Amino acid sequence: MAGTLLLVGATSDIGHAVAARYAEAGWRILLAARDPERAQRNADDLAARYRAEVALLRLDILATGDFARWLDGLPALPDTVVCAVGELGDQARAEGDLAHAEGVMRTNFLGPSLLLGLVAERFAARGSGAIVGISSVAGDRGRGSNYVYGAGKAGFTAFLSGLRNRLAKSGVRVVTVKPGFVRTRMTRGLRLPPLLTAEPSEVGRAVYAAAEGRGGDVVYVRKVWRLVMAVIGAIPEPVFKRLSL
Amino acid sequence: MPVNAALAAAPAAPLTAPPATPPATPLLRPVSGWGGYPRAASEMLAADAPETLPALLRGRRGVIARGGGRAYGDAAVGLRTTVLTGALDRIRGFDPATGRLRAEAGVTLADIVRTFLPGGFFPLVVPGTQFVTLGGMIASDVHGKNHHREGGFGAHVEALTLLTPDGVPRFCSREQNPDLFAMTLGGMGLTGTILDATFRLRPVESGWIVQRTRIATDLAAMLEALEQDGDATYSVAWIDGLARGSALGRGLVYRGEHASGDLCRAAGRDLFPSPPPGRLTVPPGWPAWTLNRASVTAFNALYFRRGAAAGSPGLVPWHSYFFPLDGLRAWNRLYGSRGFVQHQCVVPRHGAGAVLAEILDRVARLGTASPLAVLKRLGVCGRGLSFPMDGYTLALDLPANAATFALLDALDRRVVAAGGRLYLAKDARQTRDTFEAGYPELPAFRDLRRQLGADGMLASRLSARLGL
Repeated sequence: MAGTLLLVGATSDIGHAVAARYAEAGWRILLAARDPERAQRNADDLAARYRAEVALLRLDILATGDFARWLDGLPALPDTVVCAVGELGDQARAEGDLAHAEGVMRTNFLGPSLLLGLVAERFAARGSGAIVGISSVAGDRGRGSNYVYGAGKAGFTAFLSGLRNRLAKSGVRVVTVKPGFVRTRMTRGLRLPPLLTAEPSEVGRAVYAAAEGRGGDVVYVRKVWRLVMAVIGAIPEPVFKRLSL
Repeated sequence: MPVNAALAAAPAAPLTAPPATPPATPLLRPVSGWGGYPRAASEMLAADAPETLPALLRGRRGVIARGGGRAYGDAAVGLRTTVLTGALDRIRGFDPATGRLRAEAGVTLADIVRTFLPGGFFPLVVPGTQFVTLGGMIASDVHGKNHHREGGFGAHVEALTLLTPDGVPRFCSREQNPDLFAMTLGGMGLTGTILDATFRLRPVESGWIVQRTRIATDLAAMLEALEQDGDATYSVAWIDGLARGSALGRGLVYRGEHASGDLCRAAGRDLFPSPPPGRLTVPPGWPAWTLNRASVTAFNALYFRRGAAAGSPGLVPWHSYFFPLDGLRAWNRLYGSRGFVQHQCVVPRHGAGAVLAEILDRVARLGTASPLAVLKRLGVCGRGLSFPMDGYTLALDLPANAATFALLDALDRRVVAAGGRLYLAKDARQTRDTFEAGYPELPAFRDLRRQLGADGMLASRLSARLGL
């Protein structure tokens, strides 16, 4: 059944891959971005490749006060909402620059959580819908090299977990996706281990399969990441704190 | 690698602008073309999006764009900085009524075919590999097996957006900025960085080609067969590069026509077949000695007999017909770590026989001939640095070594003396003399570069080597 997808974070490479997978399946696509002009090339791509019906919307993920009115203004309540918003930020800078740290936390945690929470209210009232949050393995355990980002993602992961728990009997599906390394703009220039690194299209397929297929609550796009994070999670704190991570 | 730093990998609506000024000591990486020769150090940058490219390039000199990295020599190796365009892979619009497609420069031909062939559309001109990008095809004005009828890829480009060295994206077409447009087709990325382009696809009823194979027992028969193919949609010949004496220039001529839908249905074929996943890859470190005279002779003899046996027309899927080598990934590793060069020349039609015979004979005597010697008829002459001209083009793969280079220097002189030239997208080693002799529009191209302020700003290893 093809429905309507709302993708929040439409300039992200992963977001675009997710939208492409839905467009391929014949869905209508609503793309939300802070800067719709920059998302135009993604909207064009979906329309040209899949003859998809695509609309571009302006949404600032930090303008939480506007969320309710914005959602009410949508042409129709979507069937699925995917939030691909994220900002890696600069850990070193965030350690001294509180405004930067706050921006990273708000962008990764506060905005996405509050928006999806509000969507969940509407989906619950309707009794259907799928909510997908693109979180990160960085949220599984805080590490010295990126804990401001990781904390934001950890909060988002916890929020999604609670939402899923609360809505389990309501007909609303909540999916947490932890992509691991993905070859995107965000990771360009980093040397990534091939077996642990997914293409954006793999994330797109994983999201679609989890939200529209047989389901999945917490999805590691490459299965090996579940093992990697289990190992990282099992390291005793007295040891972990001394590691250079 | 900093696993920890990258552990953060996750989606982004990136809020960070690219660095405004280039670093004082850029990180250099060895980079080469498809032939693996020559290899040079270059700063590697990746474009994010068309609109961020001006900021990325600001303050940088010696920059060249690199798409699929399928130019054989040093054309896509920046003198200082090489800009990868792989992320510029969005299709911006397609009109099924006209076949008009607008796409960003980093879109690959493979992507275009995969996306539009199932709907019954195929590019008018395709080169020998589908792993090239749109920008690369335009910059090299690539030709296909139908140049005698359709001209080069550039002939089907209607418009493009070019980021000129002043940092301004300019719309170019035959009406707007016509000189810049004409010189950018085949301009090797030296007039600006192509951001996107609009070009036509042709409607096709199927993804199959009706292929007719004919034997040519010597060079004269070969040239005659290619002349007879003037009315063929596609025509290409494979030459046994090791045959000498009376068999010199023997080979197989492949004529191709798009198969009608009815024919494919009658044959019980899937109208638009998908290529096999292509799992066969030559591993890194493949020993070059496996490609010796004995193995190539055996291969060629076998190939010739097999082709000769198949006289009647047959249906061949698009990927086998147009991109036979794409089935073997990283086949360039067959030549080992020292790499190889592809020598591709064009010689004017009149008097071509003698020049081609001399080239084939001298290469055969060298004894290191490759299994790949390809001969094609080319049609009209392009502008600027565009390679094709009315004549015959011969392409040979040879291992990169001193004996090869000495021979090729002599052959180059023979080619330009006959009024021919060498394909820059394949070139790794020709001299300035042969280059200047082969491209009569070079002064105009240089003038345009000066007007654009491109001198020193846009520069590849190739442009520096050839004094462009």
